[in-house]
Amino acid sequence: MELEQINALSMEELLTKCEAVCLDFNFTTVREWKAENPGQKAMGFLPTYVPRELIHAAGMLPVGVLGADDSLEIVRGDACFQSYICHLPRSVVELGMTGRLDCIDGMLFPSTCDVIRNLSGIWKMQFPDKLSLYFDAPQNFDMDIGGKFYRVVLDEIWAHMLKLNGSTATNDDLLASIALYNLNRRLCAEVYDMRAARPWVATASEVYILMRAGMLLPVEQHNVYLARYLELAEAETKAGNRREMDNARVVISGSFCEQPPLALVRTLERAGCYVVEDDYMMITRWLGCGVPVEGDALHNLVQSYMDYKGESAAKFVPDGCKKGTELIGRIGSTNAEGVLFSAPSFCDPALLDQPMLQEALDRVGISHTAFKYSENTGQLQPIRERAGTFADTIKLWGEA
Amino acid sequence: MSQNLDVDAKPSIEKEESMFVQKKMIADHFDRLANAKESGKKVVYTFVPGNLTELMLSFDTLPVLPEINALQAGMRKMSGEYIAEAERHGHSEDVCTYVKCDIGMMLKGNIGPTGQKIPDPDLLLLSYTGCFTFLKWFELLRDRYPNCPVAMLHVPYQGEGEYTPEMVKYVVEQLKREIIPKFEKVTGTSFNEGALKELLANSALAENDLVWVLEAAKNPVSPIDSYFGGVYYIGPIFTSFRGTPGAVAYYKQLRKEVEARVEAGEGPITPDGPMGEQKFRIVVEGPPNWTSFREFWKMFYDEGAVVVASTYTKVGGVYERGFRHDPEKPLETLAEYCLGCYTNLNLPDRVGMIANYVKEYNADGFLMNSVKSCNSFSSGQLVMLREVEKRTGRAGAFIETDLVDPRYFSASNVKNRLESYFQMLAQKRAAAQAEVMA
Repeated sequence: MELEQINALSMEELLTKCEAVCLDFNFTTVREWKAENPGQKAMGFLPTYVPRELIHAAGMLPVGVLGADDSLEIVRGDACFQSYICHLPRSVVELGMTGRLDCIDGMLFPSTCDVIRNLSGIWKMQFPDKLSLYFDAPQNFDMDIGGKFYRVVLDEIWAHMLKLNGSTATNDDLLASIALYNLNRRLCAEVYDMRAARPWVATASEVYILMRAGMLLPVEQHNVYLARYLELAEAETKAGNRREMDNARVVISGSFCEQPPLALVRTLERAGCYVVEDDYMMITRWLGCGVPVEGDALHNLVQSYMDYKGESAAKFVPDGCKKGTELIGRIGSTNAEGVLFSAPSFCDPALLDQPMLQEALDRVGISHTAFKYSENTGQLQPIRERAGTFADTIKLWGEA
Repeated sequence: MSQNLDVDAKPSIEKEESMFVQKKMIADHFDRLANAKESGKKVVYTFVPGNLTELMLSFDTLPVLPEINALQAGMRKMSGEYIAEAERHGHSEDVCTYVKCDIGMMLKGNIGPTGQKIPDPDLLLLSYTGCFTFLKWFELLRDRYPNCPVAMLHVPYQGEGEYTPEMVKYVVEQLKREIIPKFEKVTGTSFNEGALKELLANSALAENDLVWVLEAAKNPVSPIDSYFGGVYYIGPIFTSFRGTPGAVAYYKQLRKEVEARVEAGEGPITPDGPMGEQKFRIVVEGPPNWTSFREFWKMFYDEGAVVVASTYTKVGGVYERGFRHDPEKPLETLAEYCLGCYTNLNLPDRVGMIANYVKEYNADGFLMNSVKSCNSFSSGQLVMLREVEKRTGRAGAFIETDLVDPRYFSASNVKNRLESYFQMLAQKRAAAQAEVMA
């Protein structure tokens, strides 16, 4: 879609378009982009974080492969994983083996957990003709140790990206991509801030759709969508179409990798929750929006990665830091009243984190409850009851 | 691997000298742990894959391995209670049962297999090698021991099927600038490279003998069971003893015993005595179930199945490819060791290793024991199964159990599946022989 056309969309049209993009498991957006850019490649990535700037600067389309929902029947994927493995790799394999990912020329598997790590090996065996790279981000955050290693990792990925797309992109191209993604992260942050301040203006499900569509759209387009959304949300509010309700302000924690179905996010809203903060699609926050756009671009990405203080279950909390501190900070900064621990079934990182985070919240008297889901969860009534009871308890008694 | 060989449990068991030697090594170690406060020795908790035992011993510290505590609890039938205790404290039923067993054991007083309390750690040495859960596990332990420092060693994964000089350098830098300084601070002593080199030289000697013992299974009559027996053989070298003269002596003794069995054309010794006819030679991928370990083993030897090679005996080091700890490059060798552990290999490499085992050990088939608790091992095993079958032309079997959660070991299901599998192997063999005759 042309950028001018996006700027002419109404709120309803914008949301319909974004929802169609993020629920299209045939990756039409990617196919269209490739048709419009003959000879250019698309590079897929899994959650949690990859440096999309390297893909973009090499002239390729970064494509978030976030799995599917209950609309995709899983047959081949289930043949690859035991019942006790989370759902995400099943749908990713299903997408691959049914040809839906044929438009993707390579995949980056970040060091999120053992399942995604092993999925990188499965990909190598199942799709030997496609580029498959394991992205091993350091867990040592000393610039002289982990930083030096990370530089090597980025150098290698950069070389692979250039080779895959036959690109001769330079440091300047990479700096330009960093600037674009800085803008993307800044606009995402503005949307998140709007939601935190006025969750009835930027609602959880709208923000979810908007961010998830950004995993598939070219960043140039996504930036226009974000700006247009901010503009339209204000206009809707001024027109009196969006009014505050007596909902409980909650933070979602534990959904950093396998994404919930959109219906689950809507269920939480219907249950009386204002989601003022979440950890969906953390890539939209990682590094922040101030990666320097001068000098050595790869160094800038390394330094920003080392400096980024955001917590994730996929990231080691260094010695001397207290687990949960960052979560408590986000609860404070968004004026949240409680936390919904929402982890995918069989997600080791999120579920192992959970007791530590719950204890940290207990120490400071913050209410919380927990439920599990998978990306194809269809039975939402138990979640609605749990979230609704939690919200009611907060509103009625001020503590759960 | 096990440090819990209860040689006295059944009077009829034939005891070999190496079993007594190992039992004494373990008992002495737990005595030292129990007396750590009095002796002033510092206690370091760490993991088996990528363990830095020689470095720990060079600082005269005492290692404690939480996975070993968990598997011992499993063998002692205590793990179910410990897991339940952890789940009562909010730990999900979905996650690693080693972690929950360890946490539950701590909540219940942290009593070790000898009935003595395991002392609190002075240092948590998180060697993040081949298992993401380790990282979470030690975050959980840090919550439990908030004043205990954590030395974090990030070992990169062999995503592209090999480790690079840059990876080695990264690990060495962490050793020099993060790990060793923390040891120095905790122990109050300086790093002694000479002592480390001496320990590493001993490691290489023991590793030579271990490789010889494991490769003895290539004989037409395998003198060992490389899985159920193998977990005992790897005990000293994968845990607290690698690099010690005691470990060198243990492996010399073990080799001597296995050499004698090879000479005599004898098979391994099982809990019910020497194994009889070996009808099936099997390769096994995945950790064992510990809660019903003997029952599980019996399902094999009752059917005349001997395990000739296993991947689990490589989690604490893959030595058969030629790696030996090298005292001439002490930190580099530790880095290379960590990088080369089995679960740090990518899936295509793991498939290649199993396929090679099937060929080199002349196996009739292979088995995947998929444990619910261990995504590092289990995720992808169904794909591995098909790939190994394709490469070797041998049939594979797939069973599901767990490490230490007794709820996930269904003896009748496992037995049924194994019996069917062995029957199928027998039929295939008969059909192949009939074809040759025709």
